[in-house]
Amino acid sequence: MTRHAAAAERPELQQGFSPAHLPFDADRVRADFPILQQQVYGRPLVYLDNAATAQKPRAVIDAISNYYLSDNANVHRGVHLLSERATGAYEHARTVVQRFLNARESREVVFVRGTTEAINLVAQSYARPALKPGDEILVSILEHHSNFVPWKMACEATGARLRVVPMTDAGELRMDEYERLLGDRTRLVALGHVSNALGTINPAAEIVRIAHARGVPVLLDGAQAVPHMPVDVTALDCDFYAFSGHKLFGPTGIGVLYGKAELMNRMPPWQGGGDMISSVTLDEVRYKTLPAKFEAGTPDIAGAIGLAAAIDYVNGLDRAAAAAHESALTRYAEERLSDFDDVRLIGRAAAKAGIVSFVMASAHPHDIGTVLDREGVAIRTGHHCCQPLMHRLGVPATARASLAFYNTREDVDRFVDALARVREMFA
Amino acid sequence: MSDLRELYQEVILDHHKRPRNFGSLPEANHHAEGYNPLCGDRLTVQVDVEDGLIKDVAFDGAGCAISRASASLMTDAVKGKPVEEAERMFEEFRQMVTSGVADAVEEGLGKLVVFCGVREFPSRVKCASLAWHTLHAALESKDEPVSTE
Repeated sequence: MTRHAAAAERPELQQGFSPAHLPFDADRVRADFPILQQQVYGRPLVYLDNAATAQKPRAVIDAISNYYLSDNANVHRGVHLLSERATGAYEHARTVVQRFLNARESREVVFVRGTTEAINLVAQSYARPALKPGDEILVSILEHHSNFVPWKMACEATGARLRVVPMTDAGELRMDEYERLLGDRTRLVALGHVSNALGTINPAAEIVRIAHARGVPVLLDGAQAVPHMPVDVTALDCDFYAFSGHKLFGPTGIGVLYGKAELMNRMPPWQGGGDMISSVTLDEVRYKTLPAKFEAGTPDIAGAIGLAAAIDYVNGLDRAAAAAHESALTRYAEERLSDFDDVRLIGRAAAKAGIVSFVMASAHPHDIGTVLDREGVAIRTGHHCCQPLMHRLGVPATARASLAFYNTREDVDRFVDALARVREMFA
Repeated sequence: MSDLRELYQEVILDHHKRPRNFGSLPEANHHAEGYNPLCGDRLTVQVDVEDGLIKDVAFDGAGCAISRASASLMTDAVKGKPVEEAERMFEEFRQMVTSGVADAVEEGLGKLVVFCGVREFPSRVKCASLAWHTLHAALESKDEPVSTE
Protein backbone atom coordinates (compact mmCIF):
# COMPACT_ATOMS: atom_id res chain seq x y z
CA MET A 1 0.00 0.00 0.00
CA THR A 2 1.33 3.44 -0.82
CA ARG A 3 1.79 5.91 1.98
CA HIS A 4 -0.87 8.07 0.41
CA ALA A 5 -3.41 5.27 0.21
CA ALA A 6 -2.63 4.19 3.76
CA ALA A 7 -3.29 7.72 4.91
CA ALA A 8 -6.64 7.77 3.14
CA GLU A 9 -7.69 4.87 5.34
CA ARG A 10 -6.09 5.83 8.60
CA PRO A 11 -6.69 9.49 9.38
CA GLU A 12 -4.33 9.28 12.32
CA LEU A 13 -1.49 8.53 9.90
CA GLN A 14 -2.05 11.91 8.34
CA GLN A 15 -0.90 13.84 11.33
CA GLY A 16 2.60 13.58 10.00
CA PHE A 17 1.63 15.42 6.82
CA SER A 18 0.47 18.55 8.53
CA PRO A 19 3.27 21.10 8.30
CA ALA A 20 2.38 23.05 11.41
CA HIS A 21 0.33 20.66 13.43
CA LEU A 22 -1.64 22.78 15.85
CA PRO A 23 -4.28 21.42 18.20
CA PHE A 24 -7.74 21.62 16.64
CA ASP A 25 -9.84 24.46 18.02
CA ALA A 26 -13.30 22.88 18.23
CA ASP A 27 -14.75 25.85 20.11
CA ARG A 28 -13.82 28.14 17.24
CA VAL A 29 -15.40 25.96 14.53
CA ARG A 30 -18.54 25.46 16.65
CA ALA A 31 -19.22 29.16 16.22
CA ASP A 32 -19.66 28.49 12.48
CA PHE A 33 -22.67 26.23 13.18
CA PRO A 34 -25.71 28.29 14.21
CA ILE A 35 -27.80 25.26 15.20
CA LEU A 36 -25.28 24.25 17.86
CA GLN A 37 -25.82 27.52 19.74
CA GLN A 38 -29.29 26.54 20.95
CA GLN A 39 -30.61 25.12 24.20
CA VAL A 40 -32.89 22.08 24.34
CA TYR A 41 -34.92 21.32 27.47
CA GLY A 42 -33.14 24.27 29.07
CA ARG A 43 -29.61 22.97 28.46
CA PRO A 44 -27.06 23.57 25.71
CA LEU A 45 -27.57 21.07 22.89
CA VAL A 46 -25.05 18.23 22.72
CA TYR A 47 -25.31 16.83 19.21
CA LEU A 48 -23.83 13.35 18.92
CA ASP A 49 -25.85 12.02 15.99
CA ASN A 50 -23.49 13.14 13.25
CA ALA A 51 -23.42 9.77 11.50
CA ALA A 52 -27.17 10.16 10.87
CA THR A 53 -26.76 13.68 9.58
CA ALA A 54 -24.23 16.40 10.31
CA GLN A 55 -25.04 20.04 11.08
CA LYS A 56 -24.47 22.80 8.54
CA PRO A 57 -22.08 25.71 8.83
CA ARG A 58 -23.42 29.19 8.08
CA ALA A 59 -21.41 29.18 4.84
CA VAL A 60 -23.60 26.37 3.49
CA ILE A 61 -26.85 27.95 4.63
CA ASP A 62 -25.78 31.27 3.08
CA ALA A 63 -24.75 29.66 -0.21
CA ILE A 64 -28.19 28.06 -0.58
CA SER A 65 -29.96 31.20 0.53
CA ASN A 66 -27.93 33.43 -1.81
CA TYR A 67 -28.61 31.13 -4.72
CA TYR A 68 -32.37 31.46 -4.19
CA LEU A 69 -32.10 35.18 -3.43
CA SER A 70 -30.18 36.12 -6.56
CA ASP A 71 -29.36 33.33 -9.03
CA ASN A 72 -32.26 30.89 -9.16
CA ALA A 73 -33.04 29.60 -12.66
CA ASN A 74 -33.08 26.25 -14.40
CA VAL A 75 -29.76 24.90 -15.60
CA HIS A 76 -28.54 23.94 -19.08
CA ARG A 77 -31.59 25.51 -20.71
CA GLY A 78 -32.08 29.25 -20.68
CA VAL A 79 -30.09 31.83 -22.62
CA HIS A 80 -30.76 34.45 -19.95
CA LEU A 81 -28.35 35.68 -17.35
CA LEU A 82 -29.80 33.88 -14.33
CA SER A 83 -29.78 30.54 -16.13
CA GLU A 84 -26.17 31.10 -17.06
CA ARG A 85 -25.31 31.92 -13.45
CA ALA A 86 -27.19 28.88 -12.14
CA THR A 87 -25.59 26.61 -14.73
CA GLY A 88 -22.16 28.01 -13.94
CA ALA A 89 -22.63 27.50 -10.20
CA TYR A 90 -24.00 23.98 -10.68
CA GLU A 91 -21.14 22.91 -12.95
CA HIS A 92 -18.63 24.62 -10.68
CA ALA A 93 -19.99 22.45 -7.85
CA ARG A 94 -19.19 19.39 -9.97
CA THR A 95 -15.60 20.58 -10.33
CA VAL A 96 -15.37 21.18 -6.57
CA VAL A 97 -16.46 17.57 -6.00
CA GLN A 98 -14.04 16.32 -8.64
CA ARG A 99 -11.10 18.00 -6.87
CA PHE A 100 -12.38 16.89 -3.46
CA LEU A 101 -12.28 13.25 -4.56
CA ASN A 102 -9.27 13.76 -6.84
CA ALA A 103 -11.24 12.30 -9.76
CA ARG A 104 -9.58 12.58 -13.17
CA GLU A 105 -12.48 14.32 -14.89
CA SER A 106 -15.52 16.26 -13.75
CA ARG A 107 -17.80 14.15 -16.00
CA GLU A 108 -17.03 11.24 -13.67
CA VAL A 109 -19.06 13.05 -10.99
CA VAL A 110 -22.81 12.43 -11.19
CA PHE A 111 -25.13 14.33 -8.85
CA VAL A 112 -27.77 12.14 -7.24
CA ARG A 113 -30.06 12.42 -4.20
CA GLY A 114 -27.65 10.69 -1.86
CA THR A 115 -25.61 7.56 -1.28
CA THR A 116 -28.70 5.37 -1.54
CA GLU A 117 -29.55 6.68 -5.00
CA ALA A 118 -25.92 6.42 -6.11
CA ILE A 119 -25.81 2.74 -5.18
CA ASN A 120 -29.21 2.09 -6.76
CA LEU A 121 -27.97 3.71 -9.96
CA VAL A 122 -25.05 1.28 -10.14
CA ALA A 123 -27.25 -1.66 -9.18
CA GLN A 124 -29.79 -0.78 -11.89
CA SER A 125 -27.54 0.39 -14.65
CA TYR A 126 -24.31 -1.53 -14.15
CA ALA A 127 -25.22 -4.71 -12.29
CA ARG A 128 -28.62 -5.72 -13.63
CA PRO A 129 -27.74 -5.76 -17.32
CA ALA A 130 -24.54 -7.70 -16.58
CA LEU A 131 -25.73 -10.28 -14.06
CA LYS A 132 -26.54 -13.84 -15.12
CA PRO A 133 -27.92 -16.63 -12.98
CA GLY A 134 -25.14 -17.93 -10.74
CA ASP A 135 -23.13 -14.70 -10.85
CA GLU A 136 -22.20 -13.18 -7.51
CA ILE A 137 -22.07 -9.80 -5.85
CA LEU A 138 -19.89 -9.49 -2.78
CA VAL A 139 -20.91 -7.29 0.17
CA SER A 140 -20.07 -7.54 3.88
CA ILE A 141 -22.00 -8.09 7.08
CA LEU A 142 -21.16 -4.49 8.05
CA GLU A 143 -23.21 -2.91 5.27
CA HIS A 144 -25.90 -0.31 5.73
CA HIS A 145 -29.20 -1.46 4.17
CA SER A 146 -28.52 0.97 1.33
CA ASN A 147 -25.52 -1.12 0.30
CA PHE A 148 -27.36 -4.38 0.81
CA VAL A 149 -30.94 -4.10 -0.39
CA PRO A 150 -30.19 -2.73 -3.92
CA TRP A 151 -27.88 -5.71 -4.53
CA LYS A 152 -30.40 -8.13 -3.07
CA MET A 153 -32.97 -6.70 -5.48
CA ALA A 154 -30.58 -6.98 -8.43
CA CYS A 155 -29.84 -10.58 -7.46
CA GLU A 156 -33.52 -11.45 -7.15
CA ALA A 157 -34.20 -9.98 -10.58
CA THR A 158 -31.37 -11.84 -12.31
CA GLY A 159 -30.83 -15.09 -10.42
CA ALA A 160 -27.45 -13.88 -9.17
CA ARG A 161 -26.29 -14.57 -5.64
CA LEU A 162 -25.34 -12.15 -2.87
CA ARG A 163 -22.28 -13.30 -0.92
CA VAL A 164 -21.49 -11.73 2.44
CA VAL A 165 -18.00 -11.25 3.87
CA PRO A 166 -18.07 -11.89 7.64
CA MET A 167 -16.33 -9.83 10.32
CA THR A 168 -14.35 -10.51 13.46
CA ASP A 169 -15.95 -10.05 16.88
CA ALA A 170 -14.15 -6.70 17.07
CA GLY A 171 -16.05 -5.58 13.95
CA GLU A 172 -13.21 -5.82 11.43
CA LEU A 173 -13.70 -7.21 7.95
CA ARG A 174 -12.36 -10.77 7.64
CA MET A 175 -9.86 -10.14 4.83
CA ASP A 176 -9.05 -13.85 4.58
CA GLU A 177 -12.74 -14.57 3.94
CA TYR A 178 -12.92 -11.66 1.52
CA GLU A 179 -10.17 -13.21 -0.58
CA ARG A 180 -11.79 -16.61 -0.34
CA LEU A 181 -15.24 -15.36 -1.38
CA LEU A 182 -13.89 -13.42 -4.36
CA GLY A 183 -14.44 -16.04 -6.99
CA ASP A 184 -14.78 -16.66 -10.70
CA ARG A 185 -18.44 -15.65 -10.54
CA THR A 186 -17.93 -12.40 -8.61
CA ARG A 187 -19.08 -9.54 -10.85
CA LEU A 188 -18.84 -6.68 -8.35
CA VAL A 189 -17.57 -5.95 -4.84
CA ALA A 190 -19.70 -3.40 -2.93
CA LEU A 191 -18.29 -2.48 0.45
CA GLY A 192 -18.60 0.34 2.94
CA HIS A 193 -15.47 2.44 3.38
CA VAL A 194 -16.41 3.18 7.00
CA SER A 195 -19.12 1.33 8.94
CA ASN A 196 -21.97 3.58 10.08
CA ALA A 197 -22.88 1.32 12.99
CA LEU A 198 -19.43 0.48 14.37
CA GLY A 199 -17.10 3.06 12.86
CA THR A 200 -14.74 0.42 11.45
CA ILE A 201 -12.47 1.85 8.74
CA ASN A 202 -12.08 -0.81 6.08
CA PRO A 203 -8.74 -1.14 4.24
CA ALA A 204 -10.22 0.29 1.05
CA ALA A 205 -7.06 0.38 -1.08
CA GLU A 206 -6.26 -3.22 -0.23
CA ILE A 207 -9.85 -4.27 -0.95
CA VAL A 208 -9.64 -2.67 -4.41
CA ARG A 209 -6.17 -4.09 -5.14
CA ILE A 210 -7.26 -7.64 -4.32
CA ALA A 211 -10.47 -7.37 -6.36
CA HIS A 212 -8.70 -5.82 -9.36
CA ALA A 213 -6.11 -8.60 -9.31
CA ARG A 214 -9.07 -10.85 -10.18
CA GLY A 215 -10.61 -8.40 -12.62
CA VAL A 216 -13.54 -7.49 -10.36
CA PRO A 217 -14.70 -3.85 -10.11
CA VAL A 218 -15.32 -2.27 -6.70
CA LEU A 219 -17.94 0.16 -5.42
CA LEU A 220 -17.16 1.89 -2.14
CA ASP A 221 -19.94 3.34 0.00
CA GLY A 222 -18.18 6.40 1.37
CA ALA A 223 -21.11 8.00 3.23
CA GLN A 224 -19.34 7.70 6.59
CA ALA A 225 -15.81 8.16 5.28
CA VAL A 226 -15.82 11.59 3.61
CA PRO A 227 -16.80 13.48 6.80
CA HIS A 228 -13.75 12.08 8.61
CA MET A 229 -10.90 11.68 6.15
CA PRO A 230 -9.62 12.84 2.78
CA VAL A 231 -10.61 10.41 0.01
CA ASP A 232 -8.62 10.09 -3.20
CA VAL A 233 -10.47 7.92 -5.71
CA THR A 234 -7.50 7.92 -8.09
CA ALA A 235 -5.15 6.61 -5.39
CA LEU A 236 -7.77 4.11 -4.19
CA ASP A 237 -8.43 3.13 -7.82
CA CYS A 238 -12.02 2.21 -6.93
CA ASP A 239 -14.47 1.98 -9.82
CA PHE A 240 -17.41 3.66 -8.07
CA TYR A 241 -17.54 5.83 -4.96
CA ALA A 242 -20.78 7.06 -3.38
CA PHE A 243 -21.42 9.65 -0.70
CA SER A 244 -24.14 11.98 0.63
CA GLY A 245 -23.95 15.73 1.03
CA HIS A 246 -25.82 15.91 4.32
CA LYS A 247 -23.34 13.80 6.27
CA LEU A 248 -20.57 16.06 4.96
CA PHE A 249 -22.08 19.22 6.55
CA GLY A 250 -23.98 19.96 3.33
CA PRO A 251 -27.73 19.88 2.59
CA THR A 252 -29.98 16.84 2.35
CA GLY A 253 -31.21 15.76 -1.07
CA ILE A 254 -27.84 15.89 -2.80
CA GLY A 255 -25.19 13.21 -3.13
CA VAL A 256 -22.52 12.02 -5.48
CA LEU A 257 -21.77 8.99 -7.55
CA TYR A 258 -18.22 8.93 -8.79
CA GLY A 259 -17.60 6.35 -11.48
CA LYS A 260 -14.75 5.70 -13.86
CA ALA A 261 -15.66 7.15 -17.23
CA GLU A 262 -14.81 3.96 -19.12
CA LEU A 263 -17.36 2.05 -17.02
CA MET A 264 -20.07 4.71 -16.91
CA ASN A 265 -19.81 5.33 -20.65
CA ARG A 266 -20.91 1.75 -21.23
CA MET A 267 -23.79 1.90 -18.74
CA PRO A 268 -27.30 2.66 -20.04
CA PRO A 269 -29.25 5.59 -18.56
CA TRP A 270 -31.44 4.52 -15.65
CA GLN A 271 -33.99 7.34 -15.59
CA GLY A 272 -35.37 9.04 -18.66
CA GLY A 273 -36.47 12.63 -18.97
CA GLY A 274 -35.33 16.12 -19.73
CA ASP A 275 -31.70 17.17 -19.71
CA MET A 276 -30.38 13.66 -20.38
CA ILE A 277 -31.21 13.48 -24.11
CA SER A 278 -29.48 14.93 -27.12
CA SER A 279 -32.45 14.39 -29.44
CA VAL A 280 -35.91 12.86 -29.27
CA THR A 281 -38.08 11.87 -32.22
CA LEU A 282 -41.09 9.61 -32.25
CA ASP A 283 -38.86 6.83 -33.48
CA GLU A 284 -35.59 7.37 -31.67
CA VAL A 285 -34.09 8.83 -28.53
CA ARG A 286 -30.42 9.74 -28.40
CA TYR A 287 -28.85 10.20 -25.01
CA LYS A 288 -26.34 12.72 -23.86
CA THR A 289 -22.92 11.64 -22.71
CA LEU A 290 -21.60 11.71 -19.15
CA PRO A 291 -22.59 13.03 -16.72
CA ALA A 292 -25.87 14.36 -18.17
CA LYS A 293 -27.12 10.93 -19.23
CA PHE A 294 -27.49 10.02 -15.52
CA GLU A 295 -29.10 13.32 -14.49
CA ALA A 296 -32.64 13.24 -15.88
CA GLY A 297 -34.87 16.13 -14.93
CA THR A 298 -34.09 19.36 -13.13
CA PRO A 299 -31.39 18.51 -10.61
CA ASP A 300 -31.08 19.74 -7.02
CA ILE A 301 -29.22 22.86 -8.11
CA ALA A 302 -29.29 24.53 -4.70
CA GLY A 303 -28.22 21.24 -3.14
CA ALA A 304 -25.17 20.95 -5.40
CA ILE A 305 -24.22 24.56 -4.62
CA GLY A 306 -24.68 23.89 -0.90
CA LEU A 307 -22.55 20.76 -1.16
CA ALA A 308 -19.78 22.71 -2.87
CA ALA A 309 -19.94 25.25 -0.04
CA ALA A 310 -19.67 22.42 2.49
CA ILE A 311 -16.62 21.01 0.69
CA ASP A 312 -15.04 24.47 0.58
CA TYR A 313 -15.70 24.75 4.31
CA VAL A 314 -14.18 21.35 5.10
CA ASN A 315 -11.19 22.09 2.86
CA GLY A 316 -10.62 25.25 4.90
CA LEU A 317 -10.07 23.20 8.05
CA ASP A 318 -6.84 21.48 9.01
CA ARG A 319 -8.28 18.06 8.22
CA ALA A 320 -5.44 16.14 9.84
CA ALA A 321 -5.91 18.09 13.05
CA ALA A 322 -9.69 17.61 12.86
CA ALA A 323 -9.24 13.85 12.45
CA ALA A 324 -6.79 13.74 15.35
CA HIS A 325 -9.29 15.69 17.48
CA GLU A 326 -12.09 13.23 16.59
CA SER A 327 -9.87 10.23 17.37
CA ALA A 328 -8.90 11.70 20.72
CA LEU A 329 -12.55 12.36 21.57
CA THR A 330 -13.56 8.83 20.54
CA ARG A 331 -10.85 7.36 22.75
CA TYR A 332 -11.87 9.65 25.59
CA ALA A 333 -15.52 8.58 25.30
CA GLU A 334 -14.53 4.92 25.21
CA GLU A 335 -12.30 5.36 28.25
CA ARG A 336 -15.04 7.06 30.24
CA LEU A 337 -17.55 4.36 29.22
CA SER A 338 -15.17 1.68 30.46
CA ASP A 339 -15.92 2.95 34.00
CA PHE A 340 -19.47 1.64 33.58
CA ASP A 341 -19.49 -2.05 34.42
CA ASP A 342 -22.86 -2.54 32.71
CA VAL A 343 -21.87 -0.89 29.42
CA ARG A 344 -20.50 -3.00 26.59
CA LEU A 345 -18.83 -1.28 23.67
CA ILE A 346 -19.80 -2.73 20.29
CA GLY A 347 -17.14 -2.46 17.61
CA ARG A 348 -13.53 -2.40 18.78
CA ALA A 349 -11.76 -2.20 15.45
CA ALA A 350 -8.18 -0.91 15.54
CA ALA A 351 -9.03 1.70 12.90
CA LYS A 352 -12.24 3.55 13.76
CA ALA A 353 -13.85 6.83 12.75
CA GLY A 354 -15.87 8.78 15.28
CA ILE A 355 -18.39 6.13 16.37
CA VAL A 356 -19.07 4.91 19.91
CA SER A 357 -21.67 2.16 19.73
CA PHE A 358 -22.73 0.38 22.90
CA VAL A 359 -25.35 -1.56 24.81
CA MET A 360 -26.17 -1.29 28.49
CA ALA A 361 -27.24 -4.30 30.54
CA SER A 362 -29.79 -2.38 32.60
CA ALA A 363 -31.40 -0.32 29.84
CA HIS A 364 -32.62 -0.85 26.30
CA PRO A 365 -31.11 1.54 23.71
CA HIS A 366 -34.49 3.23 23.22
CA ASP A 367 -34.74 4.07 26.90
CA ILE A 368 -31.15 5.32 26.88
CA GLY A 369 -31.99 7.55 23.91
CA THR A 370 -35.08 9.03 25.59
CA VAL A 371 -33.30 9.78 28.87
CA LEU A 372 -30.30 11.30 27.08
CA ASP A 373 -32.60 13.42 24.94
CA ARG A 374 -34.17 15.00 28.01
CA GLU A 375 -30.66 15.74 29.27
CA GLY A 376 -30.07 17.64 26.02
CA VAL A 377 -27.91 14.93 24.45
CA ALA A 378 -28.90 13.70 20.96
CA ILE A 379 -27.74 10.20 20.04
CA ARG A 380 -29.11 7.52 17.73
CA THR A 381 -30.61 4.30 19.00
CA GLY A 382 -31.86 1.35 17.03
CA HIS A 383 -30.55 -0.96 14.35
CA HIS A 384 -28.86 1.84 12.35
CA CYS A 385 -30.26 0.37 9.11
CA CYS A 386 -27.96 -2.62 9.68
CA GLN A 387 -30.27 -5.47 10.63
CA PRO A 388 -27.98 -8.25 9.34
CA LEU A 389 -25.17 -6.74 11.44
CA MET A 390 -27.36 -6.51 14.56
CA HIS A 391 -28.29 -10.15 14.04
CA ARG A 392 -24.60 -11.07 13.79
CA LEU A 393 -23.92 -9.13 17.01
CA GLY A 394 -26.84 -10.82 18.74
CA VAL A 395 -28.46 -7.54 19.79
CA PRO A 396 -31.75 -6.02 18.56
CA ALA A 397 -30.28 -2.54 18.68
CA THR A 398 -27.44 -0.41 20.00
CA ALA A 399 -27.05 3.13 21.27
CA ARG A 400 -24.64 5.14 19.14
CA ALA A 401 -22.86 8.40 19.80
CA SER A 402 -21.24 9.68 16.61
CA LEU A 403 -18.76 12.53 16.62
CA ALA A 404 -17.85 15.40 14.34
CA PHE A 405 -14.95 17.84 14.55
CA TYR A 406 -17.17 20.40 16.31
CA ASN A 407 -17.74 18.13 19.29
CA THR A 408 -15.78 18.80 22.47
CA ARG A 409 -14.68 17.02 25.63
CA GLU A 410 -17.53 18.83 27.39
CA ASP A 411 -19.96 17.15 24.96
CA VAL A 412 -18.53 13.77 25.88
CA ASP A 413 -18.71 14.61 29.60
CA ARG A 414 -22.37 15.63 29.28
CA PHE A 415 -23.06 12.37 27.39
CA VAL A 416 -21.38 10.27 30.08
CA ASP A 417 -23.10 12.16 32.91
CA ALA A 418 -26.45 11.53 31.21
CA LEU A 419 -25.63 7.82 31.00
CA ALA A 420 -25.09 7.86 34.75
CA ARG A 421 -28.69 9.13 35.02
CA VAL A 422 -29.84 6.22 32.88
CA ARG A 423 -28.15 3.82 35.24
CA GLU A 424 -29.75 5.52 38.24
CA MET A 425 -33.19 5.06 36.71
CA PHE A 426 -32.96 1.53 35.42
CA ALA A 427 -30.38 -0.36 37.48
CA MET B 1 -36.04 14.88 35.05
CA SER B 2 -39.67 15.54 35.97
CA ASP B 3 -40.95 14.74 32.43
CA LEU B 4 -38.95 11.55 32.48
CA ARG B 5 -40.59 10.52 35.72
CA GLU B 6 -43.95 11.06 34.01
CA LEU B 7 -42.87 8.58 31.35
CA TYR B 8 -40.96 6.14 33.50
CA GLN B 9 -43.35 5.91 36.42
CA GLU B 10 -42.52 3.51 39.24
CA VAL B 11 -45.18 1.04 38.09
CA ILE B 12 -43.60 0.96 34.62
CA LEU B 13 -40.09 0.44 35.96
CA ASP B 14 -41.40 -2.29 38.25
CA HIS B 15 -43.11 -4.16 35.41
CA HIS B 16 -40.03 -3.68 33.24
CA LYS B 17 -37.77 -5.27 35.84
CA ARG B 18 -40.26 -7.96 36.91
CA PRO B 19 -42.59 -8.58 34.01
CA ARG B 20 -45.81 -10.48 34.83
CA ASN B 21 -47.12 -13.31 32.65
CA PHE B 22 -43.73 -13.53 30.94
CA GLY B 23 -42.84 -16.72 29.10
CA SER B 24 -44.76 -19.24 27.07
CA LEU B 25 -48.30 -20.49 27.47
CA PRO B 26 -48.51 -24.11 26.25
CA GLU B 27 -52.34 -24.23 26.38
CA ALA B 28 -52.70 -21.08 24.24
CA ASN B 29 -55.05 -21.34 21.25
CA HIS B 30 -54.28 -17.89 19.83
CA HIS B 31 -50.95 -16.27 19.26
CA ALA B 32 -49.30 -13.52 17.26
CA GLU B 33 -45.90 -11.93 16.82
CA GLY B 34 -45.37 -8.20 17.01
CA TYR B 35 -42.50 -6.29 15.52
CA ASN B 36 -41.38 -2.69 15.79
CA PRO B 37 -39.08 -2.03 12.82
CA LEU B 38 -37.97 1.26 14.35
CA CYS B 39 -36.10 -0.42 17.20
CA GLY B 40 -36.01 -4.06 16.12
CA ASP B 41 -38.08 -5.16 19.10
CA ARG B 42 -40.04 -8.38 18.76
CA LEU B 43 -42.62 -9.85 21.06
CA THR B 44 -45.00 -12.78 21.07
CA VAL B 45 -48.42 -12.77 22.70
CA GLN B 46 -50.15 -16.07 23.47
CA VAL B 47 -53.77 -16.25 24.56
CA ASP B 48 -56.00 -19.03 25.82
CA VAL B 49 -59.53 -18.06 24.87
CA GLU B 50 -62.46 -20.10 26.14
CA ASP B 51 -66.14 -19.22 25.59
CA GLY B 52 -65.24 -15.68 24.61
CA LEU B 53 -63.17 -15.15 27.74
CA ILE B 54 -59.43 -14.57 27.95
CA LYS B 55 -58.70 -17.39 30.37
CA ASP B 56 -54.93 -16.87 30.31
CA VAL B 57 -52.42 -14.74 28.45
CA ALA B 58 -48.62 -14.51 28.30
CA PHE B 59 -45.96 -12.61 26.40
CA ASP B 60 -42.35 -13.20 25.48
CA GLY B 61 -39.60 -11.30 23.71
CA ALA B 62 -37.13 -8.47 24.14
CA GLY B 63 -37.86 -4.78 24.18
CA CYS B 64 -37.42 -1.44 25.85
CA ALA B 65 -38.83 -0.61 29.27
CA ILE B 66 -41.96 0.95 27.78
CA SER B 67 -42.85 -1.96 25.49
CA ARG B 68 -42.06 -4.58 28.11
CA ALA B 69 -43.97 -2.85 30.89
CA SER B 70 -46.87 -2.23 28.52
CA ALA B 71 -47.02 -5.92 27.61
CA SER B 72 -46.80 -6.93 31.26
CA LEU B 73 -49.53 -4.54 32.43
CA MET B 74 -51.68 -5.44 29.43
CA THR B 75 -51.62 -9.14 30.25
CA ASP B 76 -52.62 -8.38 33.85
CA ALA B 77 -55.40 -6.10 32.66
CA VAL B 78 -57.05 -8.41 30.13
CA LYS B 79 -56.71 -11.70 31.96
CA GLY B 80 -60.20 -13.00 32.80
CA LYS B 81 -61.90 -10.37 30.63
CA PRO B 82 -64.22 -11.04 27.69
CA VAL B 83 -62.54 -10.66 24.30
CA GLU B 84 -64.76 -7.68 23.38
CA GLU B 85 -63.72 -5.87 26.52
CA ALA B 86 -60.04 -6.41 25.71
CA GLU B 87 -60.64 -4.98 22.26
CA ARG B 88 -62.38 -1.96 23.76
CA MET B 89 -59.45 -1.43 26.14
CA PHE B 90 -57.07 -1.60 23.16
CA GLU B 91 -58.99 1.18 21.46
CA GLU B 92 -59.06 3.32 24.61
CA PHE B 93 -55.40 2.66 25.34
CA ARG B 94 -54.44 3.64 21.82
CA GLN B 95 -56.39 6.88 22.15
CA MET B 96 -54.83 7.61 25.52
CA VAL B 97 -51.23 7.30 24.28
CA THR B 98 -51.84 9.30 21.12
CA SER B 99 -54.42 12.03 21.60
CA GLY B 100 -55.56 11.55 25.18
CA VAL B 101 -58.97 10.52 26.53
CA ALA B 102 -61.58 11.83 28.96
CA ASP B 103 -60.96 11.34 32.68
CA ALA B 104 -63.79 8.81 32.92
CA VAL B 105 -62.21 6.65 30.22
CA GLU B 106 -58.83 6.97 31.92
CA GLU B 107 -60.38 5.76 35.15
CA GLY B 108 -61.76 2.75 33.33
CA LEU B 109 -58.27 1.83 32.17
CA GLY B 110 -57.16 1.32 35.77
CA LYS B 111 -53.43 0.79 36.18
CA LEU B 112 -52.88 1.29 32.45
CA VAL B 113 -53.25 5.00 33.08
CA VAL B 114 -49.53 5.08 33.96
CA PHE B 115 -48.92 5.19 30.20
CA CYS B 116 -50.67 8.54 29.75
CA GLY B 117 -47.24 10.25 29.87
CA VAL B 118 -46.24 8.49 26.66
CA ARG B 119 -48.12 10.99 24.52
CA GLU B 120 -45.54 13.63 25.43
CA PHE B 121 -42.94 11.37 23.77
CA PRO B 122 -44.19 10.80 20.21
CA SER B 123 -41.24 8.57 19.30
CA ARG B 124 -42.24 6.14 22.06
CA VAL B 125 -45.96 5.72 21.27
CA LYS B 126 -45.21 2.66 19.15
CA CYS B 127 -43.29 1.07 22.02
CA ALA B 128 -46.34 1.39 24.27
CA SER B 129 -48.83 0.11 21.72
CA LEU B 130 -46.86 -2.82 20.25
CA ALA B 131 -48.19 -5.35 22.79
CA TRP B 132 -51.78 -4.24 22.21
CA HIS B 133 -51.49 -4.49 18.44
CA THR B 134 -50.07 -7.96 18.91
CA LEU B 135 -52.84 -9.00 21.29
CA HIS B 136 -55.40 -7.71 18.79
CA ALA B 137 -53.77 -9.76 16.03
CA ALA B 138 -53.66 -12.84 18.26
CA LEU B 139 -57.36 -12.52 19.08
CA GLU B 140 -58.12 -12.22 15.39
CA SER B 141 -55.61 -15.04 14.88
CA LYS B 142 -53.91 -13.41 11.96
CA ASP B 143 -51.05 -15.63 10.99
CA GLU B 144 -48.71 -12.97 9.71
CA PRO B 145 -46.59 -10.95 12.16
CA VAL B 146 -48.00 -7.51 12.92
CA SER B 147 -45.84 -4.46 12.59
CA THR B 148 -46.15 -1.04 14.15
CA GLU B 149 -45.54 0.52 10.74
